[in-house]
Amino acid sequence: MTLAVNTVRTADVIERTVMIMKICITSEGKTLDSPVDPRFGRCRNFIFFDSETGNFEACENGNAQFQGGAGIQSGQLVASKGVKVVLTGNVGPNAHQVLSAAGISVFTGVSGTVKEAVEGYKNGKYKAAVVPSVGSKFGMPNK
Amino acid sequence: MIISVASGKGGTGKTTIAVNLALSLQNVQFLDCDVEEPNAHIFLKPKIYGQKKAVIPVPEIDQAKCNYCGKCREVCAYHAIAVVPASVEKKGSVLIFPHLCHGCGACSQLCPFGAIREVDKEIGIIETGEKDSMWFVHGRLNVGEAMSPPVIRQVKQYINSSKTVIIDAPPGTSCPVIAAVKGSDFCVLVTEPTPFGLNDLILAVEVLRKMAIPFGVVINRADIGDAKVEDYCEKENIPILMKIPFKKEIAVSYSEGIPIVEKDPSYRDKFNNLYLNINGLKNEANSHHKR
Repeated sequence: MTLAVNTVRTADVIERTVMIMKICITSEGKTLDSPVDPRFGRCRNFIFFDSETGNFEACENGNAQFQGGAGIQSGQLVASKGVKVVLTGNVGPNAHQVLSAAGISVFTGVSGTVKEAVEGYKNGKYKAAVVPSVGSKFGMPNK
Repeated sequence: MIISVASGKGGTGKTTIAVNLALSLQNVQFLDCDVEEPNAHIFLKPKIYGQKKAVIPVPEIDQAKCNYCGKCREVCAYHAIAVVPASVEKKGSVLIFPHLCHGCGACSQLCPFGAIREVDKEIGIIETGEKDSMWFVHGRLNVGEAMSPPVIRQVKQYINSSKTVIIDAPPGTSCPVIAAVKGSDFCVLVTEPTPFGLNDLILAVEVLRKMAIPFGVVINRADIGDAKVEDYCEKENIPILMKIPFKKEIAVSYSEGIPIVEKDPSYRDKFNNLYLNINGLKNEANSHHKR
């Protein structure tokens, strides 16, 4: 037995608007007015947004420069922050696997500013990604 | 003596040099270490009589012993492990990504709970055979696998030091090349007189100097391009071991899968000279070391 991957339960997703939770948004900058970074594993910053208080924390993504395993370790980082929801442009197969195992819902196809992403999420604008939206190495600098 | 044939740039003629050199000598063992696309067998046509799986050790987690402490993830230099701690709602899990694993063993060695053991994962195949009196070994990495160094090292386990060992290395200057040329007594760098040839030759020279392996250069298609490779070698005091002209008969012979020494035996002398050159330089390097 190497690993067991738990898929995201739809119930988690449906309950999202009533739960008090931490949302992670991939971001190009460190404010709520920054554009959403379309990459997950190699995004420039993670913004951890508390949907109850409206407070947030910006965190530079040190995994972005990894030759390999950026998605895995970014998934790990996000999981360790107790996040329940990730809003991003795209997510690759390895990151998706880690986030699923941690019971985190990933919403892809998110664009605009971080603030707009959070609003869009609250209004149910995005769909949870049941499968990865892109292949490996999507976020590599020269691709 | 172990002679490896390498080049920074691909397509300069490594296999041509390695194959023809091997066929011009006696008591030879040939190792094709370009395991991502081995092709020496096309020219040597050896009789294959042995096959063995090439493997890489990857971690396996004993869920009963694991408490999701995350030590394995922390020590993995290749970011191949994720650990999701247990929470009130669910059990923890350890995710292993075997394609990123280099089989270094750090996770299993350093797990505080002895919850990780290594299991062999098949990533390729090693074949052994014979061409007349020449011993032949090559490795082949499975399609979709990324880690060629373990396969290369497993090919090199067959090295018989009582023979003249010729290693056909993969192109480039990264890990697979290091794995192939490591332990060689001499390395032949094949290049061509073009800007690309020169650029990648310089990179390969830096690698070999760092590895302290004596080396010399063979210029293939020596009459095309410019004189910059020769100028560079002269400036850097790098011996030019052989020059091969850009000739139609060589290209035709190559395209037919026939080594040029078999078609035109006069080339045997040229490759014998290459060997004598190598031998002389190797002995010189040795005496240098002793001094």
